[in-house]
Amino acid sequence: MKRKATILSVRNLKKSFKIHLLGELTVNTIENFSFDVDEGDFAVLVGPSGIGKSTVLNCIFRTYLVTGGNIIYSSRDGSQLDLASCDERTIMRLRNTEMAYVTQFLHCQPRMAAELVVAAPRVAQGLSLEQALQEARELMERMALPRELWRAFPATFSGGERQRVNLARALISKPRLLLMDEPIASLDPKSIATVVDILKEMRQKGTTFLSVFHELGPIKSLVTKVIPLGSRSLQDLEANQRKRNSGSPEVTFGR
Amino acid sequence: MASRGQCSPVLRVDNVGKIYGPGCPYCVELTGPEHGRNVCPKCLSIVAFHGISFELFETEVLGIVGESGSGKSSLLRCLHLDEDPCSGSLYHKEVDNGRRDLFTCSWQQKRTIRTRLLAVVYQSPHLGLRMGLTAGANVAEPLLVNHHRPNFGAIRARVMDLFNRVELPTDRADCPIRSFSGGMQQRVQIARALACNPSVLLLDEPTSGLDVSVQASVLDLIRRIQWDTGLPVVIVSHDLGVIRLLTTRTLVMRFGRVVEAGLTDQILSDPQHPYTQQLVASALT
Repeated sequence: MKRKATILSVRNLKKSFKIHLLGELTVNTIENFSFDVDEGDFAVLVGPSGIGKSTVLNCIFRTYLVTGGNIIYSSRDGSQLDLASCDERTIMRLRNTEMAYVTQFLHCQPRMAAELVVAAPRVAQGLSLEQALQEARELMERMALPRELWRAFPATFSGGERQRVNLARALISKPRLLLMDEPIASLDPKSIATVVDILKEMRQKGTTFLSVFHELGPIKSLVTKVIPLGSRSLQDLEANQRKRNSGSPEVTFGR
Repeated sequence: MASRGQCSPVLRVDNVGKIYGPGCPYCVELTGPEHGRNVCPKCLSIVAFHGISFELFETEVLGIVGESGSGKSSLLRCLHLDEDPCSGSLYHKEVDNGRRDLFTCSWQQKRTIRTRLLAVVYQSPHLGLRMGLTAGANVAEPLLVNHHRPNFGAIRARVMDLFNRVELPTDRADCPIRSFSGGMQQRVQIARALACNPSVLLLDEPTSGLDVSVQASVLDLIRRIQWDTGLPVVIVSHDLGVIRLLTTRTLVMRFGRVVEAGLTDQILSDPQHPYTQQLVASALT
């Protein structure tokens, strides 16, 4: 079988937090963590709460500064960039053109209509407001976000509605690499099915995924790679996998 | 809007510093965050800010955050050429292809640069507006200054256009600015700032002192202007919420120095400097 190109290669990642307010307390979250994600993968980070799954995503997106190690990203133009050390403007360019992140919670400007929140990344990419809004509405329609909410402010939305706005805002820019942190945690089964459909379609069109999911069940059909964090989680997962066994996707373990 | 990420900066700030007072050789050495003061103990001069460098790019919104007295407003006044700094240089891409230090320009050149290229909105409307004039006259003033042979009909039309853009009722254009509410006065300041199509917008605490609902509508106005025009913006604020929502990059200032700079979400999620950590940990939201 032809080996696919590696899009993301995390090597000996280390992240610690130094909290000055608490007498220089140092919290080590990630030590020497390495894994690869190939182009077209739907990779999932698994492990118990607090093990640092979100931290890994934050390090890749530069929401956190990396303490040690490298995050080598093969960009669309073929260049190899170390996301752990490249300059801010490079990160800003990647965020604008290649890389998106669905965070756990939606942060957006108060009194900004949901459709504008979703359209914003496309406006930033240089699309006209009308075109961006058109795309935003199509996507929200598809995600079954009630039409009367499009011009409302997300601050008043339910958890599930907010999460769909948050997802739509990342999906609309058709990123090359999409990071997702628990993107379907507060969705009902029907919405999950819609989201899974959209993700599947994006994957066919060339998006690579790296995500954190609490529950692998609903997205089982998509997963191509499972990356366990923490020493115990690998055994747990293998045990679980053996228990479920039937018709599960081909799972390759990270190291 | 133009696509983001062009290479040459619109504004380049190089090692700018300002000392109020006589100044002595120890001013810089004995002040700053590591000393916990911005007053020189030898000569009692105030080091408002020192060694500030950054670049502002096309369509970018840059935040400057810090507590009162950290020097952020003084810095903005220098960037708007309202005051001369004691050291450093400032370059604008449209002035001599970014090679001419704006601080060395004559006062006439500075006035032209101020009205045509650099627009400012102050926290206090009293600083940015002439309280004795009508709202319309305040917006018209930079247009009149900027034209050699002003056509009053055209200027009037432009003022009305700007009123519409910032959502001010045009039928109140001839009312004295004093009769406007705080939020409306900020809108007049924004209209005045946009009058001559500037290439950089400097905002000094534009929403502080407004109630939250008016604050949200003014922020929405700023966001819309930024989307429509791609105008690069420097926004000074002590409000982390404003910084989080409007900016992509942030400088954190304390005792006249930049203690930390980075992508806004990184500054707010993974602050490195003790002061930034304290600031983020103290925020209400």
